[in-house]
Amino acid sequence: MIEIKHVSKWYGDFQVLNDCTTFVSKGDVVVVCGPSGSGKSTLIKCVNGLEPFQKGEVTVDGVKVGDRKTNLPQLRAKVGMVFQHFELFPHLRVVENLRLGQEKVLGRSRAEADAKAMSLLERVGLTVHARKYPGELSGGQQQRVAIARALAMDPICMLFDEPTSALDPEMISEVLDVMVDLAHEGMTMMVVTHEMGFARKVADRVIFMDRGEIVEDAAKDEFFGQPRSERAQQFLSKILAH
Amino acid sequence: MFSNFDWDVIARSLPYLFYDGMVFTLTLTALATAGGIVLGTLIAMMRLGGLPVLPWIAATYVNFIRSLPLVLVIFWFYFLVPYIGQWVTGASRPVQVGAFTSCLVTFTLFEAAYFAEIMRAGIQSIPKGQVAAGYALGLSYGKVMRYVVLPQAFRNMIPVLLTQTIILFQDTSLVYVLSITDFLGAASKVAQRDGRLVEMYLFAAAVYFVISFAASSLVRRLQARVAIVR
Repeated sequence: MIEIKHVSKWYGDFQVLNDCTTFVSKGDVVVVCGPSGSGKSTLIKCVNGLEPFQKGEVTVDGVKVGDRKTNLPQLRAKVGMVFQHFELFPHLRVVENLRLGQEKVLGRSRAEADAKAMSLLERVGLTVHARKYPGELSGGQQQRVAIARALAMDPICMLFDEPTSALDPEMISEVLDVMVDLAHEGMTMMVVTHEMGFARKVADRVIFMDRGEIVEDAAKDEFFGQPRSERAQQFLSKILAH
Repeated sequence: MFSNFDWDVIARSLPYLFYDGMVFTLTLTALATAGGIVLGTLIAMMRLGGLPVLPWIAATYVNFIRSLPLVLVIFWFYFLVPYIGQWVTGASRPVQVGAFTSCLVTFTLFEAAYFAEIMRAGIQSIPKGQVAAGYALGLSYGKVMRYVVLPQAFRNMIPVLLTQTIILFQDTSLVYVLSITDFLGAASKVAQRDGRLVEMYLFAAAVYFVISFAASSLVRRLQARVAIVR
């Protein structure tokens, strides 16, 4: 489904991604972790072309992301993305946030988009907030709306960029619950997160990044059992210590 | 000191002042504001877009216009527009466009430079993440601008845009250099005709003050209503 081959990226002289190669198969949940500044977010943003890269190749569903001829909007419409800071559109009501892409990208009718929006809001338990503005909701609620907004496009896979990092601790689980449900339904997911509990529960593979490199790419049990690299061991001991 | 003033001259000339003068002033203000905001937004987008040459053209335009006095531009355009019309249409003689059209073109082009800077600030105030979220949904650059960035930029900037409009409203009085009957022009003509300069100019000042002040208060109230909940 998602293939990343020898991707390198520089900001000026600084190399943020160094020869990264990995893949996400259909129905798989792959968790990407690593210390801050290791390039995890940059890597995931290369998948839907939000970040350009200078070397290598990314293909999603057989379509080359870096190719000039690729219709990026069309590709992005099929790839759902959830951001660290939610990025709901604050001038639009919740239901309008869910309708925008459906109407303006997929060309669905107002009624169709509305029905889809309401059923997804019900799914994330936010039906009563449909007419509110994002600013009136809590962080956890906003992130659930953001997930619903991405799902409204009927994506073939979902990208999560640290979806719980900006949340208060008590709101993390309500968002993770939605993500766990999604994973159980067989959604293909690439998730940048520090939530190792989530990784243990639903991940098929775990990728560990450090200084722009993919240091470890292993099945979940293998990764948590005995990580091969020293850097991954240190990272795990740090975040699992408390 | 007001005993030998003739306030009746105001009452007698009210229809002329408002039907001829104020209608011109308000129409010019409204149309120039609308045109200026549309053109200004386009200039701001040119300036911020990643295309070659366009940002340079937009910046040069804005800086050039903003370093000229408005009166000079009004004057210049009045004589220039007919020739530009001739050049554009390929007519054999200068195209007479009339004072109002000339003023409208002038104010639109002039104010666009100021509105462009306001809209540029507005667009830049929208976080990059909003644009990324728009792209991630599959929206094109144009649609991200239209549905995500500009509506927010516009709302953030409404107070400044309206303040600029109030300035524009006051600036329209500069069309007096073309002897046009705007509100001030009308007042001035009556004043000269009846020899009642003090009364007419006092009255004109009061009217400009009342309208501008009311508009400013309206801006403050409006600001509270349109502000985006964050």
